[in-house]
Amino acid sequence: MALMKKRKRETPEIPSASMADIAFLLLIFFMVTTTIDVDTGIGLVLPPPVDPNSPPPPPIKQRNVLRILVNSAGQVLVNDEESSIPMIREIVKKHTTNNGADERFAESSDKALLSVKVDRQTSYDIFMKVYDEINMGYLELRKSYARQTFGSPYEKLSDAQKKATDEKFKKKISFAEPEQSGK
Amino acid sequence: MKFEKKQANTKQEIPTASMPDIIFMLLFFFMVTTTLRDTTLLVKFVLPKAEAIEKIDKKRFVSYIFVGQDERIQIDDAIVDLPKIEKIMAERRIKIPQLIVSLRVDRDQKMGIITDIQQKLRNADALRVNYSAKPKEKQL
Repeated sequence: MALMKKRKRETPEIPSASMADIAFLLLIFFMVTTTIDVDTGIGLVLPPPVDPNSPPPPPIKQRNVLRILVNSAGQVLVNDEESSIPMIREIVKKHTTNNGADERFAESSDKALLSVKVDRQTSYDIFMKVYDEINMGYLELRKSYARQTFGSPYEKLSDAQKKATDEKFKKKISFAEPEQSGK
Repeated sequence: MKFEKKQANTKQEIPTASMPDIIFMLLFFFMVTTTLRDTTLLVKFVLPKAEAIEKIDKKRFVSYIFVGQDERIQIDDAIVDLPKIEKIMAERRIKIPQLIVSLRVDRDQKMGIITDIQQKLRNADALRVNYSAKPKEKQL
């Protein structure tokens, strides 16, 4: 009798064998339903709104400004010369690293400016292609500068070095207000 | 004798007591690392592709503006019209000074609408913008 009583006391415990199954089920549910989507994109800092009473900005030498015009069909004019979207990258690099050699391009990299003007009817896709090319141009310049100056890839630079590199080839892009194209 | 021997080797199975703990650990890892989409999309869009993209790691500063194929603009869970953007974003800018506005625009949209949105953002002093784009596939 005493033995039987002892056995009875051992039994009441929660069966934990199925615990793993429950946890597995939850795990699989979360793995299937959630998507690790990393936000990727190209950054831009907009200029502050223009105060109509403020004095006009100081004049900039024409040669320091690379004027990129894109129409609604995706045709590109760079400094009044016909060009194409894949060529923009090289032109941007040439303009920025010109250092006064070619009189059509900028005097030095810190004076180099870009002016981008798109039509209101231009598609976002075309604009992104153009803007991507410009950014890739700067990125490639920064990469080669990092390799030459610091002897390491751009991605592995310290924060201070990265800042110096970014400062050397700073993106100075002005977006003109798009115009309504005459149809 | 036979009976006794059978009782002697009862522990002949893999210990599964720690199994739930291991699985729970994995579960918590996935629950913490993944973010559930908190807005339901009311507009349809296909993002453009780009090469010079960067990741936004400061997700809590990001505010999204969606522009769909039908030119409707969505902020959070509601469709808004253009003039309202300025007010909404100005309020957010006060709450989050480091605000980044991520523009998720359909690639077939015209630049006109984007410029209009940007003008509103400039007036709202929300100057940090990110054009959302998908990474381009590597060309073979």
